[in-house]
Amino acid sequence: MALGSVILFAVLALVVVGSALGMLFSRNAVYAALFLVLNFATVALLYLILGAPFIALTQITVYAGAIMILFLFVIMLLGAEKLPDTARSGRQRWVAALVALVFLAEVGLYVAYRGSNLAGMPALTADFGSPVAVGLALFEQYQLPFEITSVILLSALVGAILLTRQEKQRS
Amino acid sequence: MTITYYLALSVILFALGAVGVLVRRNAIVIFMSLELMFNAANLVFVAYAAYYQLINSQLFVFFVMTVAAAEVAVGLALMVAIFRTKHSIDVDQMSALKG
Amino acid sequence: MSDTQLAWVVWAVLLPLGGIVVNLVVGRRLGEKGIGAVASLAAGGSFVLSGLLALALLQHPEGGIYRLATWFNLGSLTVDWSFRVDTLSVTMMLVVSGVGTLIHIYSIGYMHADVRHNGDPQRFRRFFIYLNLFVAAMLLLVSANNFLVLFVGWEGVGLCSYLLIGFWFEKGEGGLGNARAAKKAFIVNRVGDFGLLIAIFLMIGAFGTLDFDGVFAQAAQAAPALLVAITLFMLLGVTGKSAQLPLFVWLPDAMAGPTPVSALIHAATMVTAGVYLVARSQALFLPVPQAQAAVTWVGGLTALFAATIALGQYDIKKVLAYSTISQLGFMVAAVGMGAAVAGIFHLVTHAFFKALLFLAAGSVILGLEHGHEHAGEGHDPFDPQDMRQMGGLRKRMPLTFAVYLVGALALAGVAPLAGFFSKDEILVAASERFPVVFGLLLAAAFLTAFYMGRQLILVFFGEPRSKAAHHAGESRPLVTMPLVVLAVFSALGGALNLPGLHSLEHWLEHSLVGVKEGHFVWAVALGSLAVALLGLGLAWLVYGRRAPTEQDALARPLGPLYRAFERKWWVDEFYRLVLLRPLGWLAQVLAGPVDLGLINSLGDGLGQGSQLSANWLRKLQNGLVRSYALVVMVGVVAMFAYLLWVR
Repeated sequence: MALGSVILFAVLALVVVGSALGMLFSRNAVYAALFLVLNFATVALLYLILGAPFIALTQITVYAGAIMILFLFVIMLLGAEKLPDTARSGRQRWVAALVALVFLAEVGLYVAYRGSNLAGMPALTADFGSPVAVGLALFEQYQLPFEITSVILLSALVGAILLTRQEKQRS
Repeated sequence: MTITYYLALSVILFALGAVGVLVRRNAIVIFMSLELMFNAANLVFVAYAAYYQLINSQLFVFFVMTVAAAEVAVGLALMVAIFRTKHSIDVDQMSALKG
Repeated sequence: MSDTQLAWVVWAVLLPLGGIVVNLVVGRRLGEKGIGAVASLAAGGSFVLSGLLALALLQHPEGGIYRLATWFNLGSLTVDWSFRVDTLSVTMMLVVSGVGTLIHIYSIGYMHADVRHNGDPQRFRRFFIYLNLFVAAMLLLVSANNFLVLFVGWEGVGLCSYLLIGFWFEKGEGGLGNARAAKKAFIVNRVGDFGLLIAIFLMIGAFGTLDFDGVFAQAAQAAPALLVAITLFMLLGVTGKSAQLPLFVWLPDAMAGPTPVSALIHAATMVTAGVYLVARSQALFLPVPQAQAAVTWVGGLTALFAATIALGQYDIKKVLAYSTISQLGFMVAAVGMGAAVAGIFHLVTHAFFKALLFLAAGSVILGLEHGHEHAGEGHDPFDPQDMRQMGGLRKRMPLTFAVYLVGALALAGVAPLAGFFSKDEILVAASERFPVVFGLLLAAAFLTAFYMGRQLILVFFGEPRSKAAHHAGESRPLVTMPLVVLAVFSALGGALNLPGLHSLEHWLEHSLVGVKEGHFVWAVALGSLAVALLGLGLAWLVYGRRAPTEQDALARPLGPLYRAFERKWWVDEFYRLVLLRPLGWLAQVLAGPVDLGLINSLGDGLGQGSQLSANWLRKLQNGLVRSYALVVMVGVVAMFAYLLWVR
């Protein structure tokens, strides 16, 4: 059983990392977006495994669905899937890679250092993370943040409209 | 199966996202990399929710998603606005504040 | 005394300030008469209030203190704007406002001519504003109830002195002479003020209060060394303000100011502030005989020293200036030896006759300027103050001559004029405690009579020695009227403290400590009278019998000694050599290598350094968003590394 879940995790993790790398290296922004959709969907599967079906579904509908559609839409709108080559910062690439590696090494060190404290995952109850549980917690404990979120979304909506509005020619 | 695996995966995702922000010139791809980093953080939240049997942790993911949606909407609107004036979304072209 | 009566003292101080405000606001429209009237009324109002206070004091001689407001609290030190009404302060207020009012009235006439002679009638208003400011500051000085408020007045009168000496600041030797004289007065006074400030600081440290009563009450128990320090620093302040050795050098130069200023500030009132200070602080001086001796010696030496210089001067006002220094020496010696009543008595009578002499000298100068213009030599260089250009004015300016004669005889100490009684009291006190100083003062008295005789003869007797003198005429009534009033006071001022009655003494003993019953010594009185008459007679012998020549009659018999008188004992030259040269050299060094070289290059270096580093740092600001992000990321990694390290 344990072996099965490890294999499942390994496969999913490979897909996640691979799609992330694909996004990173694809020259075409449309491909990058599609890789990201794949990535999000795979992470949503991981959420399912971790007992978060509601979050997993939100991930797919909101993230992989709505947001990525928005991305693709803008890419199409601007026609900006490819950029002309202007190698103004060749060094940046290597420094960035180096920094990322150092970061990984640091986290690795940290985990190696304190990993013994981390016990195995407990078994999850059936209704853990179910939409009912999430909904109850959301509207009992997090009512105010939830309402604030709606204000944030509203202001983002207004902001987006304001920013993209074409100035009328005042001739 | 320990939480360590999830943490490691999340960190790798996060690092890849950071590298994306740092190396890509296309502003839209930079945004995508940003989303990747959010995603890495969300993964940790969900993993810990399972680890500690706490539903609250999952709710944070919910909030992160909504804020990210708002951020993407505004950010992409900005991209459109910038593209109108500069006819490019190469962030290296946006260097008017050069010292 | 009731609080309402005590409050008059505040109004007395504020009235001249009110005069200033009126003259500032509407003075331009009032015209000269109006300006003068406002200023004179303001000063006169103060005089009336002082008189009312004096009347009230007759009923309640113990006086009182009027506390207007708290100035500041500093830890345990509280300083109030408080005023002291007692016999001493009211006496001073009467002198200041009384003589001040007369001089205001005189100035209306004098400045009318002076501003035209000097070619700027617009300054008429300014003069009266300064004059009122002076009266206010001086009244504050004498009515203060603590040393700090006194110091405010002390500085205020110094400021007015500076402003008025430099009233014609663009005139004088090389167009700078008057400005230089004003500057000199201010700086020399600053040296003295430094001493007074140190004394005040010492008092704060030792007594924790600056109120007169508080300080004097603790003085008896204080360590003698402390009192010596306080009193000697105070003496430094006195030598500055009252023009004593070694800081007297500013007063003769101060004659650059208009004559009413010389009369009011540099003869009658401001310069006596030092005398008042010592008299007021008798409680500090009495326990330390060393300090008393120092003050007395300074006064005695100054009296004689200045008197010798007065012999060698030709400028009518310079003679009076040195005479003032000399008489101030008398007063300082008196208050130094504890004879405060005699000192204040002489202060009062001196205020009368010296103001009279200066104003009369101003009248002479006006007459000569008038005569000069009348003689049709309008624009020739001509010094209307040079006594060698005068002579024979007795017949041309009879009233001026009469009052001048009264003033000169009073100054010389001829009985029964005012100067005789006051000087005599000082001499009696000196003969009892300081025989050597008594000798000095007696010699000074003799010289005083001699140089006043010389001046009278040179100015008023003989034949006119210039066309200007020939055409000189009597001044206007507005000028001569105050002279007559002052002459009456000079003649009768001795009645204030007649031997046997001692009315001033009984008046002042309510506010002065350590007043001893004064007495009249026939030997000293007759001796000083004889000395005065001898001096005048000798002056007649030397100057009166033959026509004066370019060279002074004493120059040949006295030889180099007279040259020393004439050159003022080379004190200015000595100070220039010993103080000004090294200081100038030091200033050169500080300005050149130190300031321009070191400090300036330090500043330049800082500027260049920041410019260089800015040039280097601006490369970081390359406008590329991704490299900013990289920096952020590096920061995150570094912080993470730090957290790993400390855990």
